[in-house]
Order: sequence, then structure tokens, then C-alpha cells
Amino acid sequence: MAEGVTALRPDLAVIFRSVATGSRVLDVGCGDGALMAALRDHKQVDARGIEIDGAMVERCVARGLSVVQGDADRDLAFYPDGAFDYAILSQTLQTAARPDRMLEELLRVGARAFVSFPNFAYWRMRWALLRRGRMPVTRHLPVSWYETQNIHHVTVSDFEALARDLGIGVERCWFFTGTRECGRGGANWRAEHALFELARRG
Amino acid sequence: MGLETPLDHGGEAGKGATDAPNSLGLSQPLALDSGQSLTRVTMAYETYGHLSAARDNAILICHALTGDQYVASTHPRTGKPGWWARMVGPGLPVDTDRFHVICANVIGSCLGSTGPASLAADGEPYAMRFPVITIRDMVRALVAMLDEMGIDRLHSVVGGSMGGMQALSLAANFPGRAERVLAIATSSRHSAQNIAFHELGRQAIMADPDWQQGAYYGTGRAPDSGLSVARMAAHITYLSEDGLTAKFGRRLQDRDVVGFGFDADFQVESYLRYQGSGFTRRFDANSYLYITRAMDYFDLAEEHGGQLAHAFAGEGRGAQSRFCLVSFDTDWLYPTAESRHVVHALNAAGAPVSFVELAAPYGHDSFLLDVPALDRVVAGFLHG
Repeated sequence: MAEGVTALRPDLAVIFRSVATGSRVLDVGCGDGALMAALRDHKQVDARGIEIDGAMVERCVARGLSVVQGDADRDLAFYPDGAFDYAILSQTLQTAARPDRMLEELLRVGARAFVSFPNFAYWRMRWALLRRGRMPVTRHLPVSWYETQNIHHVTVSDFEALARDLGIGVERCWFFTGTRECGRGGANWRAEHALFELARRG
Repeated sequence: MGLETPLDHGGEAGKGATDAPNSLGLSQPLALDSGQSLTRVTMAYETYGHLSAARDNAILICHALTGDQYVASTHPRTGKPGWWARMVGPGLPVDTDRFHVICANVIGSCLGSTGPASLAADGEPYAMRFPVITIRDMVRALVAMLDEMGIDRLHSVVGGSMGGMQALSLAANFPGRAERVLAIATSSRHSAQNIAFHELGRQAIMADPDWQQGAYYGTGRAPDSGLSVARMAAHITYLSEDGLTAKFGRRLQDRDVVGFGFDADFQVESYLRYQGSGFTRRFDANSYLYITRAMDYFDLAEEHGGQLAHAFAGEGRGAQSRFCLVSFDTDWLYPTAESRHVVHALNAAGAPVSFVELAAPYGHDSFLLDVPALDRVVAGFLHG
């Protein structure tokens, strides 16, 4: 795999593989633009990004990427319906003011959406909460409850239920423990992270 | 003047203290938004770096209200370094080792391009007979100049403040003419507050008896007091309250106690007076009237059916440029919301756009000052 792609986080590597060549992509919360750059350089993707952190936007601009500093909760509204083949929201859903509306917006601007998030029902989290009775601080969620940006803690089962309620179809899903992919079985216990490919039903 | 070898000014040594700019005459009359036309238009310009054989490395820099073509060379009247010398030059973010940089004085101004102080066909200065112009008229003149220079496509058009308005107007009215559009600390329209401040400045000039209905050229009197007040008011809008407080606070000028009079007791008063009087030595009052009017008339959406998005994606033509907008958190003249407004329109038009709000303490003037993050964004956008 080409340089720049091998360094991608596991969920981003899956998204990279799954996005069709030459498609239009909106990466919501694109960080330093690693995924966008890989998609542009290796899959001829027309990639656009939204990122709240100005320093990250600077780095994206220096990479020649088109990234707008903004707040996804507010700024997605300014993109027209169906402007993108894919809308990507990686590790950001749990920070949204209204994750349900965020999902609706993703599937308004994009025909499909990739959404990844940390699974708060991962067994180590359950165990930490059960044993110590305090909100877990783990290697992937290292920030204490009072300063974390994660304001909507979500589990794999919660997410599947929300998608069902919103009439959103799950096309594919992937689960990860650490940097490794793990199977679907018992994912709500076993997965530290989850990635869903979504499409509007009907 | 036709095509010539691009002039390469070696830094500050480029221009002496003469008032004889590089200039070319437009071969066609310039049709204006007002319905009038301007004949025998002269465009005064400066260039830096060499135009490539493929003619694909030209960057047009558009200057602000009281700016000029001396973007990176010594100003002939003040002897000061170019207004963006920190940004434009060899190895700088706008790298003249790589790019052919062109900056021209806008029409209506007073540094060599045709303006109210220029002579009309009857041999007398235009004064108030000069037609009222718009930002789009300025851009038309710039594009006509590029045509004369044989530059069909710009690598980039770059501008801050009114220069940013020109950059956006060029993108909207001459789609595809510039590959990249970089608009800094600017707006797609003048707000009521913007217009109000400009009106204050114009009234100060026109209330000065030396203005003489604009026909002051050759009378030995000019509305310097009025122009100075206009500049003082405008200058306040270019700074931030925190910046002013940090620089001056309530400190007194050359005295320990207030003077119970109307001299410049406070440092900030002394500073503003200095800014005002210095300005009258380099700028023409009528030019100030005309250019502020052009800015007040600017509303890119109104030019395109009331929808800003239409300005950037007219019927069937799609977006043909990459855009980058930059705002500053302390700029209250063209605040971040104005840049966001443009960004949202570009999103709606499907144009590739980047936007960042930079933190800088200097208010609107931040685009001219030492803001390292701006250097990185400019370099990144032009080279990326």
C-alpha cells in the first residue's frame, strides 16, 4: 500500500478501502486531513473537509486540501442535498450536540455515510465502571468525565437502535479492538471501536 | 505599452523616490457599471519575479482602499517599504522566485492609474467629473490590463480587505480566469456599519472648505483636514480595542497630567493625528471619496440575482477555481461571520473552498502584520 495510506488509523484504512475511486467525499471532523489526502492521491477522490480546530485546518490547507474551519453541528446545513457520494464522520459522533440530527444531515448531504465511534459498552469500560464505580479513563478515552468532549456516550447496540428508529440502513459494519479488526459476534462487549456504513432506506 | 520583459525589482532597491510608475494604457474604453465609460485608461503596476514560458505562474495581488501597487517595493512618496513586503518576495509565502507577481493601482486611486486627479480629455483634472466606479469596474480594468499583458489565466488572485473583494469579484465575473482565489479579511458586501463609517469619512472631506466641490487641484489648497479626519475614523476601524488598549491605554502624551484643553493629551490622540496627517501626504481626497463609494456599493449577491451562491456557480458553468478565505478573530470591520457567509455560498455552489479564522491581536490590520499562521496558510494554499 502506498505511503500515507499505511499510516491511517484502522477505521480510516477501512474507509479508504471502501470508498469508490473518483467519488465525492465530505470528511466531517477531518483532523489533519490524512484520510482526505490519501483518498485524493490514490483514489482520485474529490475530497472536502470540515474541521473545528484552526491549527488542523492550516495543516490541511498546506496539503492542498479544501477544508473549512467550522462546527459540524451548525455548518453541515449549508451543504446542498446529495452533494457527496459519501459523508464521513470518524470518532466524532459522540461529541455532536444531537447525534441523531447529525446522522440525518450526513445522509442528506451524502448518498452514504461512514460513521465510526468508540463503543462505551466495551467490556473493559463496563468492568472499570462496575469495579470502581467511576467513569472509566482508558488509553483510547484518556480524558476525565468533566473535560471530555464526548458528551453523548454511545454503544454499538444504542447506535443500531438509533439507525433503526431513523430508518437508516446499515450496509456494512466493522469492529476493532486496539488496532485490530475483530468479528461481529458479541461486538457490543468485545469491540473498542465500531465503524458503520449507512444508507438511507427506500 | 505592450509585452515587455517583466521587471524584477531586487527588493527595496527597486524603486527610487520618483513618481514615474510602470504603466500601460488600455487599448479599449472601459465600460462601467454606471453605464458610463472611461476612455484612455492608464494602469500603473509593479511586477516581481519572472513570468514562466508557459505563462502559468502569474499571481495578481489586489490592494486595499488606500493601498497601491508598491506591494513589495519602496513607496515613491513615503520612502517606506512595500505594504506587504513581509509576505511577497524571494522565499516568502508569495515566493517571487517561483511566481510572477503583479500588483496594479486600482482605477479611481492616485498612484498612477486613472482616477479623479487624472486629466480628462479637455486637459483639466476630472475631479468630480470622474464617473462613480464599482469594485467590479476596478476588476474589469485589472483584467483588461492582464489581457494587454497577454496573461490569460492567473495562477492565483490574492487580496485582503478591498483587495479580497476584488479577488471574489474576479472569481464571480471572470470564472476560470484565476485557478486559485485567496480572499483575506474581507466580505461579499458592505454592511450598514461599513457604509456608515465611510460616510463619516466622506462628509469630513466634503465639509472641509478646501475641498471646493472637488475642484481643488491646482488651487494650492486641498482638503487635508477633512481627509485627515476621514483617515483617523477609518484607522480606528482597522484596529482592535484590545490592540489599542495594549498600545496606548489611557497613557498621556508628553505630559504627566491632563492639560484641561484640546491638545492631544492622550497618546492615542497623538497617534491618530499622526496617522491622519501622514495620510494626506500620500493620498488624494477625491480618490478617497470614489474608492469608499465603490466599496459601499459592493454586494456580490445583488450582482447575481440576490443569491451569493449564484455568483460562484452561474448556470451550467460550475465552480472553476479553488478558494481560500481567511478571517481574524479581532477584526470587527469584516468579522468572521462575513467570511463564513461567503464560505457557505461557495459550499452551496459546490466550489472547493478552505476557510480558517486565525487568532491575531491586531484587528482588521492583522492581514498586513506579523501573523505567522497567515504566512503558513498563504504559502500552503499557493503551493499546495
